[in-house]
Amino acid sequence: MIRSFAEWFEQAESLGVDLAEFVERREVKETGVPREAIRKRIEETLAVMRQAVRQGLEESGPSPSGLTGGRSGRLAEGGPRLLGEGFTAMLSHAIATLETNARMGLIMATPTAGAAGVVPAVLLTLAPARGWSDERLVDAMLVAGGTGIIIAERASIAGAGGGCQAETGSAAAMAAAAITWLEGGDDGQVATAVALTIQGMLGLICDPVAGLVEIPCAYRNASAAVNAVAAAEMALAGLDFPIPVDQVVDVMGDVGEKLDVRFRETALGGLAATPAGQEIAARAGMTELVQLQRKGGTRGEGSARFGPS
Amino acid sequence: MTTLFDILGPRMVGPSSSHTAGACRLGYVVQAILGGRPDRAVVGLHGSFAMTGEGHGTRRAITGGLLGHRPDDARLREAEAEAAEQGLTVEFRTVDLGDDAHPNSAVFEVTRGDETIRVTGCSIGGGQIQVLEIDGFEVDLSGSLPTLVVVADDVPGTVARITGRIAERGLNVATVRVDRTGRGERALMTIETDEDVPADVLEELAGQPWVHWIRNVHQLNA
Repeated sequence: MIRSFAEWFEQAESLGVDLAEFVERREVKETGVPREAIRKRIEETLAVMRQAVRQGLEESGPSPSGLTGGRSGRLAEGGPRLLGEGFTAMLSHAIATLETNARMGLIMATPTAGAAGVVPAVLLTLAPARGWSDERLVDAMLVAGGTGIIIAERASIAGAGGGCQAETGSAAAMAAAAITWLEGGDDGQVATAVALTIQGMLGLICDPVAGLVEIPCAYRNASAAVNAVAAAEMALAGLDFPIPVDQVVDVMGDVGEKLDVRFRETALGGLAATPAGQEIAARAGMTELVQLQRKGGTRGEGSARFGPS
Repeated sequence: MTTLFDILGPRMVGPSSSHTAGACRLGYVVQAILGGRPDRAVVGLHGSFAMTGEGHGTRRAITGGLLGHRPDDARLREAEAEAAEQGLTVEFRTVDLGDDAHPNSAVFEVTRGDETIRVTGCSIGGGQIQVLEIDGFEVDLSGSLPTLVVVADDVPGTVARITGRIAERGLNVATVRVDRTGRGERALMTIETDEDVPADVLEELAGQPWVHWIRNVHQLNA
């Protein structure tokens, strides 16, 4: 069991193994599943992620709700490439996965369905450019997994639990840790990359329009991917962050708990409850939801009843 | 405890782990408890399941689960058409199970041949589920381990006889839970094991006069 980044780094060092191997050994020990089977399952995970991106880019029609679908393809083809090919590709890959998700396509909920676009967008877009083999990507996924486990244990990885900062924030932190480690970052740099990612997303609310995992989720996945790469870039250059990563994660958990329930995936606040958001929900036939939104969203316990996760 | 593949997964058909993957799992477990695909199902959706389920494919996912499909099965997309083809009729209703019920709850009344059972369960997040009630018996079943569901006479030694038979075959029993309708009447047992109970043990137990009903619910993970 790893409950903190400090513990993870310490125990890995005392065993003389790297961060990826530590997570792998822990998984073998705690589940009894052999090492090869774990690695094979991660390879399959990568294959599903690639397929979800491809499918999202190729299918140009709208999603069943009409809120997304075809946007990733439009971006990949028509984006002005302000920061070069890779940047535009990464954004389009994040959105593509969420578009596949919206169409009831197959995705890997890493760590959740609503944040499924972040890790693939970052890892799979950078892999060819940085020359990472699939073998290395499996290691990187172990580092991403270890990061997600600690965040899940200390704070939350779900929008219903801690808002979008917990959902796409966790996914971005996982991606940042993975690429910082792959690029040869030491423990301190991995920690800084995670801290920098989360500090940049603190307080982000979860407010899915009409309760659907589409808007703003698809775009939030794209911005979360940007946050992850920015954090890794800064950490790898040796920039520091004075608040230890475990304390940053605790802040995220604390903020999440204090977020009003309207901002935790209930679709009763934020963008979901705007006049335009209400109109979309009404068009989708969600009468009861719209009634609650018009009341200004209930602040009591009952309102936690409504919304996806 | 959070495992690696709780974070790197689940592998699922979108769009929502609770409203799609969890909904499918509920349907899957219900058909497993029934002993196979039902001919007819009446499904009451409560709270958020009823309210935002449409956009999340909740009904399709439940129907797919009742057909025996798992959350990562692409056939969930076309589950309604498949159900019609296979002669499964599913009727959905909106129900109010009260404020204490989990927002993503469903009540199933499923019929296969001349057998009808009633099951209540909920989708608790991240694709995980909890079955709370089977035919009026209280249970706590997640499907994350192979689970034996047994209705038997509530007499001394019943539990020991069943777990003993399982242990003789070298299977590890993880948990045992018993709910009884009244002393000396019937009891429902859920027995979670590390591996599936072999078919011949199931058959043997099913043949005992004090066993009224027995089902094996396969593990749902992976």
